[in-house]
Amino acid sequence: MLSRMADCLYWMARNMERAENTARLLDVSLQMSLLHASSQDDLLVPLDVTGVTADFLSRWPKPDAGRVLDYLALDPSVPGSIYNCIRLARENAHVVRVKITGEMWEQINGTWLEMRDWQKRGLDARTASAFLDWVKERSHLFRGVSYGTMLRNDTFHFSRLGTFIERADNTARILNVKTRQIRDHEPQAENILDYYQWAALLRSVSCFEAYRDIYRDRITPERVAELLILRPDMPRSLRACFEEISQVLSHVEGQAGRSARRLASEIRARLTYSDISDIFAEGLEASLDSLIADIHRLGSAIHDSYLEAA
Amino acid sequence: MHSIKALDLSHYDEMLVDGQSTRASYARFADWLHQAPLDWLRQKQDEADTLFRKIGITFAVYGDESGAERLIPFDTIPRIISAAEWKTLEAGCVQRVTALNRFLHDIYHEQDILKAGLIPPEQILTNAGYQLAMQGIDLPRRIYAHIAGVDIIRHRDGGFYVLEDNLRTPSGVSYMLENRKMMMRLFPELFARHDITPVEHYPNLLLDTLRAVAPVEVDNPTVVVLTPGQYNSAYFEHAFLASQMGVELVEGQDLFVKNGHVHMRTTAGPQRVDVIYRRIDDAYLDPLAFQPDSMLGVPGLMSVYREGRVTVCNAVGTGVADDKSIYPYVPDMIRFYLGEEPILHNVPTWQLRKPEDLAYVLAHLPELVVKEVHGAGGYGMLVGPAASQAEIEAYRLRILDDPANFIAQPTLSLSTCPTFVEAGIAPRHIDLRPFVLSGDKVRLVAGGLTRVALREGSLVVNSSQGGGTKDTWILKEDATC
Repeated sequence: MLSRMADCLYWMARNMERAENTARLLDVSLQMSLLHASSQDDLLVPLDVTGVTADFLSRWPKPDAGRVLDYLALDPSVPGSIYNCIRLARENAHVVRVKITGEMWEQINGTWLEMRDWQKRGLDARTASAFLDWVKERSHLFRGVSYGTMLRNDTFHFSRLGTFIERADNTARILNVKTRQIRDHEPQAENILDYYQWAALLRSVSCFEAYRDIYRDRITPERVAELLILRPDMPRSLRACFEEISQVLSHVEGQAGRSARRLASEIRARLTYSDISDIFAEGLEASLDSLIADIHRLGSAIHDSYLEAA
Repeated sequence: MHSIKALDLSHYDEMLVDGQSTRASYARFADWLHQAPLDWLRQKQDEADTLFRKIGITFAVYGDESGAERLIPFDTIPRIISAAEWKTLEAGCVQRVTALNRFLHDIYHEQDILKAGLIPPEQILTNAGYQLAMQGIDLPRRIYAHIAGVDIIRHRDGGFYVLEDNLRTPSGVSYMLENRKMMMRLFPELFARHDITPVEHYPNLLLDTLRAVAPVEVDNPTVVVLTPGQYNSAYFEHAFLASQMGVELVEGQDLFVKNGHVHMRTTAGPQRVDVIYRRIDDAYLDPLAFQPDSMLGVPGLMSVYREGRVTVCNAVGTGVADDKSIYPYVPDMIRFYLGEEPILHNVPTWQLRKPEDLAYVLAHLPELVVKEVHGAGGYGMLVGPAASQAEIEAYRLRILDDPANFIAQPTLSLSTCPTFVEAGIAPRHIDLRPFVLSGDKVRLVAGGLTRVALREGSLVVNSSQGGGTKDTWILKEDATC
């Protein structure tokens, strides 16, 4: 496949996944900010995770829920806003339109047309959650249509790679930000707020119910970390993402991607053969920092091997 | 019964003779049409629009800031050509394109036609479309215009006239194919009633043609379609043809030159490319050879091309032969190279670089159509009878500024064809563009793109100027009665 086509497929899927993740983050942090209106920490979480806090504060020194929502959801001048993620997903899809199925194109194009309507109408406290639900639904639909209609060739593989690299990156980042946020609190025994913080984190990655099913016990940082980093059966965990990534890479045609394949297998092996006590022995934040760096290295390796090959 | 009228008796109507009785080629269609209720036809027309929009057969309009994509209007009433007429058209097109390819080879080699004094040498050698870089380069099978779109109109005398030869990157063939698909979907019963020559194999013929002109030493050539990108007005067609042929659609950035060959960047590493069906102009092909700031091309492409290690279709430098200042010489080319009389007529043309022609044209501007020599797409032309006095005077100044840049032709009476419009069925002006493929042989699928000027009285059929399209039927055999 042409490298440029693979690049577009990869970024089409990454941007769609990113739109969903940002919607999840916003959803939970808006709810949390209602819980204790005095603190701005929760409002800033989605900005921290996406790495745009400084830019936001330079525009709006006093954050409030409406501003954060508008900035991350609708603002065309913010590169990572949901609006721009969907726009980019659609632009990339347009280039590879002959490669993807007609149903996929119609789904993505339809999402973009509706996104423009949302953007024109604007959001407020009453419509915010309907919008965020809509984004999640459109992302589910994107995955469903891809999975259900695409031929299992490199077109499918590069799209899947984009989805899981983005998801792994997001899970690692959100866990990282929350860990720091909770660490920075005054240490108190049985901090009731911490419970809500961890619960919010679980909800933002859709695994509050999974946690209850698996552990049937109170929420602790060790278990949350285990669930999100090491459990192979949790679809948004790093381990699950890397299982998928190394499998997809092994199916890509040609011998160009040796370094990317090796790196993905290494990360996967580390996640497979670690347990949570190893991770806490190294320090959760340090472990997450190095995982985020690994994901970044893998992204670069994929680029060098496939997407910008010469 | 619908009331179907011809415009007036000074125009040829494709369906009606003398403004009333139906031509034999339309007989069966007319029976069907008269039984079809108007609101059902309207519903079918709407269905076609919805389907086209859904498939996304749109084109971008130059100069439209919003980058909006527009649909080219599709008309459900077909343009029907009899088997006998097609035989003439086909032979005429093959003859014409054969002569044009001979001409292109000649002017880049021996220049016999110039030596024979048939065309003033400066007309060729100083022409903007003439590429010095092509002199002495031997192309596979000596073919320059592998894909040609010949624009033909029918005059009030019933005869076909060639309006221009498009030898650079003629577009529109995707509409020929999609229009047929649409008609078969909307009106399957019509196809059961008629014996219509199929056009669907065009992409196969195109691929055969492109493979037949690959560099000789290549066994299994890799063909690609080169597009300027998704913002080009014909991007849909580029993507369509690539996918129909099962070849890659590439942009300049996907190709690079290494070790004397052109390669494309793929996820499995570099892959050699042997034939490039390019849909970008000469000037943008290679920033090292032409416009240095072009982002669309491939640096070094021309050097590989000149070495004969890649084939570019259409060849570089074909523009000189479809220039409007060269057009008047095509009948002479046919006589000179083929020793035959032209089967298709040229439209009489005044060349304003000639003082006597200039004087005549300036005195008759309100009756004539004046065009820029290098113009295309219906832009920058003067349609005398439709222009205001002020427009004519403004144009006169442009002509006087650089007469050699213009040609003039009589206002042609384009034939009309019943067309579905707001008010019902009404006659509208049409033309025809068959696509001629030249590879191991010269051939065309029986059909073409019929463009229709949807605005009442308009003679401009270009899609950028409010034109639409129709399915074009070539009957397999004519009724004998």
